[in-house]
Amino acid sequence: MIELQDLQKAFGEKPVLQGFTLKVRDAETMVIIGYSGSGKSVALKHIVGLLHPDVGDVIVDGQAVSTLDRDGLTLLRQGVGYVFQFAALFDSMTVADNLALGLRRRGLDEAEIEERVQEALALVDLSGTGERMPAELSGGMRKRVGIARAIALRPRYILYDEPTTGLDPVTSAVIDRLMVRTREHLGVTGVVVTHDMRSAYTVGDRIAMLYEGRVRQVGSVAEIQQTEDPVVRQFIEGRAE
Amino acid sequence: MIQAIGRRSISAVEAVGRVGHFVMDMVRALADIGVWARLTIVQMRRIGVDSLPVALFIAAFTGVVLALQASYTFTGAVPLYFVGTLVGKTMMLELGPVLAGLALAGRVGASMAAELGTMKVTEQVDALETLAYDPQSYLVIPRVLAGTLMFPVVVAFAIATGIITGWLTSLVLLDLSTQDFIKGLKLFYVFKDVWFGLLKSASFGFTITLVGCIVGLGTRGGAEGVGRSATRAVVYSAILILVLDAFWAVVLL
Repeated sequence: MIELQDLQKAFGEKPVLQGFTLKVRDAETMVIIGYSGSGKSVALKHIVGLLHPDVGDVIVDGQAVSTLDRDGLTLLRQGVGYVFQFAALFDSMTVADNLALGLRRRGLDEAEIEERVQEALALVDLSGTGERMPAELSGGMRKRVGIARAIALRPRYILYDEPTTGLDPVTSAVIDRLMVRTREHLGVTGVVVTHDMRSAYTVGDRIAMLYEGRVRQVGSVAEIQQTEDPVVRQFIEGRAE
Repeated sequence: MIQAIGRRSISAVEAVGRVGHFVMDMVRALADIGVWARLTIVQMRRIGVDSLPVALFIAAFTGVVLALQASYTFTGAVPLYFVGTLVGKTMMLELGPVLAGLALAGRVGASMAAELGTMKVTEQVDALETLAYDPQSYLVIPRVLAGTLMFPVVVAFAIATGIITGWLTSLVLLDLSTQDFIKGLKLFYVFKDVWFGLLKSASFGFTITLVGCIVGLGTRGGAEGVGRSATRAVVYSAILILVLDAFWAVVLL
């Protein structure tokens, strides 16, 4: 289970998170929605210790992330897959090497690494692309490689940062299906940060809206769709006013 | 005005603190030898072998100019074989290490800052961390170690090249025999000349790569930020090379 407890984070004078509290249950997919710049990605980065809160803490499997030393963080990160907004593929490596890098860190032998790489690429429908360089891939393919890199680690948790942003509707649907398939196949707990409501409804078990640094509302997909909160309604309906 | 001075003082102290933290993190990450050892070899080739052409090019012309200027200065007053002395001493003690260092600050420092800066702004450094790698052991140690080890090698070749072109110039343009050039070269030679130059160049290599890494990993913003980092890395490295040059002269000469 992941618990974000009263997270507060400011960059310079600008407060981003102002008491953000959220529990993500095991095996569920929690979607965090919110306006651009509302701090969704910032919250996600706190889960793996890429950012440290000014106040509050993140508890993963009963461990407070802020109390972990470098070795503790390494152990935590070995159980978490992270899918970045723009995939963050290592552009000097082939697709296969991108997937293999995390596996090598876990001390797997080369035969098993090769097997896991091929399996992960097959799961994202990209078999046969292992020898290509990231620069040769389309935006959608890069995102799928980013997901494959996370899946190959067989993590307990996968964190998705804006997985469908910048993609056409069909490719977005492919990525959504992939996230659902990943949860069904691997049974992982997922946290998805997005402002794409179609994606949120497709992949989410529960949805939390981050607004002005705090959770405005959290509930099942049906509860969010029927909300009477004017701020949440405006956001999910995409109204200008 | 007092506020501005105060702000600048605080930010200077903070910068020193950040560098201290960075170096401490780097030292701590040395324990992760399984990660950095293999990558250091790759960086040694990139920093060492790939830097040779520019360093040798500069050294070759420096040797020519040194020989001609020495002969111009000595005419009539000092025996011409002192050209060998001046070319040898100057290349070993000063121009070999410093000119190669300044040239490589541009070539190595800027490319390192730009490469790591691009990785930073495209979240590749964050991705590395989420894959349980420490950027210090994966990115920084291999570069700093390779720079510290390979700069003396590059500078040794540069010194040799400068002396050879100085000798050839003396032979062809100054009517100085090989025996006289070597006589001058050996006249005030002490072994310290060599190790002083190489020690200096190792410190330049360490500084240029460390600055490249610190500035690169501190990059913010997009392409503009990467460009700023590359420029900063060159400027800071060049300044530090000159400061270190004076430091070693005061301490060791």
